[in-house]
Amino acid sequence: MTTTAPRGTGAASPGHGGEGPAPRRAAIAARTLRTDRWWLQPLLTVLALVAFVGYSTFRAFQNAYYFSEPYISPFYSPCITTGCEGETFPELFTGPAWISPAIYILVVPLGFRLTCYYYRKAYYRSFWLSPPACAVAEPHRRYTGETRLPLLGQNLHRYFFYLGLLFNVVLTYDAVLAFRDETGAWGHMGLGTLVLLANAALLWLYSLSCHSCRHAVGGRINSFSRHPLRYRAWTLVSRLNARHMQYAWISLFGVAFADFYVFLLATGTISDPRFF
Amino acid sequence: MTEPGEPSIGAVDEGQGGNRGGYDATFRVWRGEASGGELQTFTVPVNEGEVVLDVIHRLQATQAGDLAVRWNCKAGKCGSCSAEVNGRPRLMCLTRMSTFAEDETVTVTPLRTFPVIRDLVTDVSYNYEKAAQIPAFTPRPRDPDGNHRMQQVDVDRPQEFRKCIECWLCQNTCHVIRDHEENKAAFAGPRFLIRLAELDMHPLDVVDRRDAAQEEFGLGYCNITKCCSEVCPEGIHLTDNGIIPLKERVVDRKYDPLTWLGSKIRRRRPD
Repeated sequence: MTTTAPRGTGAASPGHGGEGPAPRRAAIAARTLRTDRWWLQPLLTVLALVAFVGYSTFRAFQNAYYFSEPYISPFYSPCITTGCEGETFPELFTGPAWISPAIYILVVPLGFRLTCYYYRKAYYRSFWLSPPACAVAEPHRRYTGETRLPLLGQNLHRYFFYLGLLFNVVLTYDAVLAFRDETGAWGHMGLGTLVLLANAALLWLYSLSCHSCRHAVGGRINSFSRHPLRYRAWTLVSRLNARHMQYAWISLFGVAFADFYVFLLATGTISDPRFF
Repeated sequence: MTEPGEPSIGAVDEGQGGNRGGYDATFRVWRGEASGGELQTFTVPVNEGEVVLDVIHRLQATQAGDLAVRWNCKAGKCGSCSAEVNGRPRLMCLTRMSTFAEDETVTVTPLRTFPVIRDLVTDVSYNYEKAAQIPAFTPRPRDPDGNHRMQQVDVDRPQEFRKCIECWLCQNTCHVIRDHEENKAAFAGPRFLIRLAELDMHPLDVVDRRDAAQEEFGLGYCNITKCCSEVCPEGIHLTDNGIIPLKERVVDRKYDPLTWLGSKIRRRRPD
């Protein structure tokens, strides 16, 4: 290797977000020299997430049009208050009428996605611009990452994962109930049944491809050869994990679409096409 | 240095079959030292099939004899010719000229994260200082017959990280130190986080590096924005296979009361 010049301890730099490059680095004033459309991906991420958050917030507070026999919106399931429409889940308590039943439960899927390793990348890049794209300087003067509160809370991801699995069970149960007709008789299938089934399947794919799941099923083991079943499980989850980003987006749109479909049915805008 | 549009200096090797797709490219190359420098423009001949390092060498041979550039194998295996090409951290020897339009200006600058020595050569000793701080591989005692035994499936994961050629592109692109020089003291960078992961996953190693990963090497600074994985010329999945599993292991150790309790009452045996 070429003989290196003595270097400083690097204590004096404000970073590129401040007054220019650090001492002794190559003097390049431009924030980035990238010539491609590096801003496009963070922009699309912002648009997609804002659209979802806007829609889901409206629907969560709307407290109406979330049930159309035999379908229930995934935003309102499990519906656990006595104010709920339909009877898909035991009604556990009576809350204030002005609080939508969705508010009690959305913290789990919200927390799961907020602490998800993929979504963290997505929103750190697109909302926090930290960094907006690779080799594009971030605008912040200081950076401490996930070393202190509140971002230290990202380490709770595995608990949201476990709770999220319970939600997947409930939503799968809802999809099974969608094989009943309005009178409660089994042997019905409509487009809504397919929508709820697809939604549950996508949520399972998203959950099982999660990095915490990968760690829990076998990632924490060092000697796979002594745990062949866990190694197989880890291998399967690793395959899913490679597509975690795709599952994150598809399941996000899937859950919004499932809710929108129930909304259209509940408002009478469309009627459910029946297969049998 | 030539102005754009001027005839280029330096012969294109036309061989027996015409110019073989040769053309004149416009290059902007950062030239200078720690005290200052600037982007200088050159017009350089390019042959079909060449990479950026070929053109830099031609520039050095014909127009800028004192241009400093570090290189060695020209085959993507030594990790010496790291630079930023059109703002993207890359190995110059693996960046084909055919990826650029013929009328596109190609800008080559030194790695931004490290102090510059001269032109395209930077002082990467920060990385060697961090490497020296990693607790070394410490295997368990040998079996009674004097051997160490392990299965291939047990070392598949650590072996992925052994592909690293230490080109420092991941270290260079990581915004934690690229944009915040002051974090260099507390943060080892992605290359050494995967070194910690490699050792922590090794079936023979007996040292617990999880506390050190968080406290001494700054694992918490990483916000998993995956630029290290994007620039790795070896295609190592630094984030998905190294840093995130290491974060999960640290959670086991420091932030998960159930796992901690399990280890205390010996329900979980070390694997």
